[in-house]
Amino acid sequence: MTTFLGMPALPAYGSGNLFAGETFPAAAHRELGNAQLRANLGHATHTIRDKRQAVVSELPDWEQLRDAGSAIKESVMATLPELLEEFEKNFTARGGVIHWARDAREANDIVAELVRETGETEVVKVKSMATQEIGLNEYLEEQGIQAFETDLAELIVQLDHDKPSHILVPAIHKNRTEIRDIFLREMPDADPALTDDPPVLAMAAREHLRRKFLTAKVAVSGANFAIADSGTLAVVESEGNGRMCLTLPETLITVMGIEKLLPTWQDLEVFMQLLPRSSTGERMNPYTSLWTGVMEGDGPQNVHLVLLDNGRSAALADGMGRSALHCIRCSACMNVCPVYERTGGHAYGSTYPGPIGAILSPLLTGIQAEENSSLPYASSLCGACYDACPVKINIPDILVHLRSVDVDSKRGTKKLPSQMDVGMKAASWALSSGKRLGLVEKGLPLGRLAAGPDRKITRLPGIAGGWTQSRDIPAPPAQSFRDWWAKEHRDAGSPGQPDPGHSHEPSRDDKEAQQ
Amino acid sequence: MSAREDILTRIRTALQDSPEAPQIPREYRAASGMGTDELIELLVDRLVDYKAQVAVVQESDVPARIASLLEGAKTYVVPEGLDAGWLAGMGDDGTGSSRRRTDSPAEPLSVAGLDGIDAVVTGSAVAVAETGTIILDGSANQGRRAISLVPDHHICVVKAADIAGILPEALRRIDGTRPITMISGPSATSDIELERVEGVHGPRRLDVIIAR
Ligand code: SF4
Repeated sequence: MTTFLGMPALPAYGSGNLFAGETFPAAAHRELGNAQLRANLGHATHTIRDKRQAVVSELPDWEQLRDAGSAIKESVMATLPELLEEFEKNFTARGGVIHWARDAREANDIVAELVRETGETEVVKVKSMATQEIGLNEYLEEQGIQAFETDLAELIVQLDHDKPSHILVPAIHKNRTEIRDIFLREMPDADPALTDDPPVLAMAAREHLRRKFLTAKVAVSGANFAIADSGTLAVVESEGNGRMCLTLPETLITVMGIEKLLPTWQDLEVFMQLLPRSSTGERMNPYTSLWTGVMEGDGPQNVHLVLLDNGRSAALADGMGRSALHCIRCSACMNVCPVYERTGGHAYGSTYPGPIGAILSPLLTGIQAEENSSLPYASSLCGACYDACPVKINIPDILVHLRSVDVDSKRGTKKLPSQMDVGMKAASWALSSGKRLGLVEKGLPLGRLAAGPDRKITRLPGIAGGWTQSRDIPAPPAQSFRDWWAKEHRDAGSPGQPDPGHSHEPSRDDKEAQQ
Repeated sequence: MSAREDILTRIRTALQDSPEAPQIPREYRAASGMGTDELIELLVDRLVDYKAQVAVVQESDVPARIASLLEGAKTYVVPEGLDAGWLAGMGDDGTGSSRRRTDSPAEPLSVAGLDGIDAVVTGSAVAVAETGTIILDGSANQGRRAISLVPDHHICVVKAADIAGILPEALRRIDGTRPITMISGPSATSDIELERVEGVHGPRRLDVIIAR
């Protein structure tokens, strides 16, 4: 079905915590200096990776589940307007109230207004990436409303006025002693004799939050899934803080991206098999809560859902990039990423780190926003993320696609061709025929001259200098391989061998290079 | 234009290339084909792995088992619709019923009231053997969500007939629009140096009684 909508509108990009404030290489450079972060992160990513592998290989139908998950999400994107309307109808029919927010600002306003209507000045919160993305806590604080994070790791990060570094274990960059010190410093009710034993620390958090849970009148949550044909929302968690927030308060406000829909109740059977195993490496997470509007006599009687666009429709408009919206935030791609493992989550600037962040953030904000154009380069394109992704998002392909979007967008803004353009043109000329390449190779001895007696080139000029910033290049050989081959075979007089340097018939490679 | 119309228009514009919704390949397992004994054995294995206490008993022994698990509890709460016979071991005289609090839609306990109660006894809607998951759907023998959340000790009875092999079988048996809680072991966190700590905000002790 196609609907004529008049002039194509400009994409409406997202705002909030989606930006890299500095280029990825600059941020990564700084983060790499943090040895504690790197050690913790290496340990964490490897441990979770191994656990994940164990529980994934246990299922005989893992690949079939991935295929189903991928197709379900693809169909969600293709039918998103209809699904949103269907969800709205079902959720509303059961007493829930839906609000729509174009961007971070609008979502924050809606939540603040809903809290004000209750007359409360405190809310308890369940870990949610969407509210982090829109910077809800900070906004509420400006409005005189205090938001208490209740997930243990989020609590640690919030108490320390820090930022999460991993979407699953946000405080992984802190060790137990640091956590104890934060508790002693920031929790007025903490026992001064608190030790750094994890069970002791967890119990301290329990005591600290329990009274909050039991007295809170308003909770704010995210949602992992929204099921269109039943109007149901789902939160997947471990600690029980989610159940507390979703069950005890009188008012529940959920903020969710518009892409989180699933068409049918049956689809949940796919995603509840894919998510826990990919995420924490468990067969099932300890607690999952599902609610459909208001349930009389059970849980909050005042139930709201804020449906958030904030750049998602812009990401959807990119036919190649739209599958980034399939993401179920499991963090598997982060745990297998050799770049993330070393730099950590802070280097990506945005709420969404790692391989998925490197594509999602620029898709939501537009590639030209702040330093987000540097994110698609934060990858070696090794493909480990694609293999691990439970919904089969082809992250490497989207990274390459976004790099070309980036290059194209810059080309338009500069009058003079960039060094990259000149370099690429030169390479295209040289590589387009054997003869030309042979000519270029004649220059190799010059490189040896540049390398000097230690046979190393330690600094290249111009943009190539990025490469030699952290590595040396060995001096080029005195003779090219093609040259050597030609000479060897001429001298040996083996007639059947082709002479690649002097071929007159264009080879297959030659043809390809000209396309 | 309202935000709703605006967003829906943006989405429709973004989809101007009319991407096709693919057929969903559902080649994954729809059922496990396991027999009752196998199901019980697998469920027990998984629950123990989550550090829950499990006992497999004859249906007639459920009351005695509940009574012994409640020995240390000064007070306990049950939903009004709990299966009649299950509290037979508690005695209608003496301490058994004086320790009991009953939660009902007509007379729900307050949150503060629940906080002072040591244990809760509920039934369950369905269980998943492969993942060690027990699903509550707020039916009469499980009560509202708060009663199985606030007390620190949850005693949950699972009938053998309610055990499904894998998740798709279990979800087919329940109505998604009910208030649902899926429980796989006691609450846990791995947020501090990835060291698993059992029991954070939910009940720190989970006792499962599987009734044949
Ligand atoms: S992109 Fe895939 S692997 Fe990465 S967080 Fe999202 S769903 Fe998980």
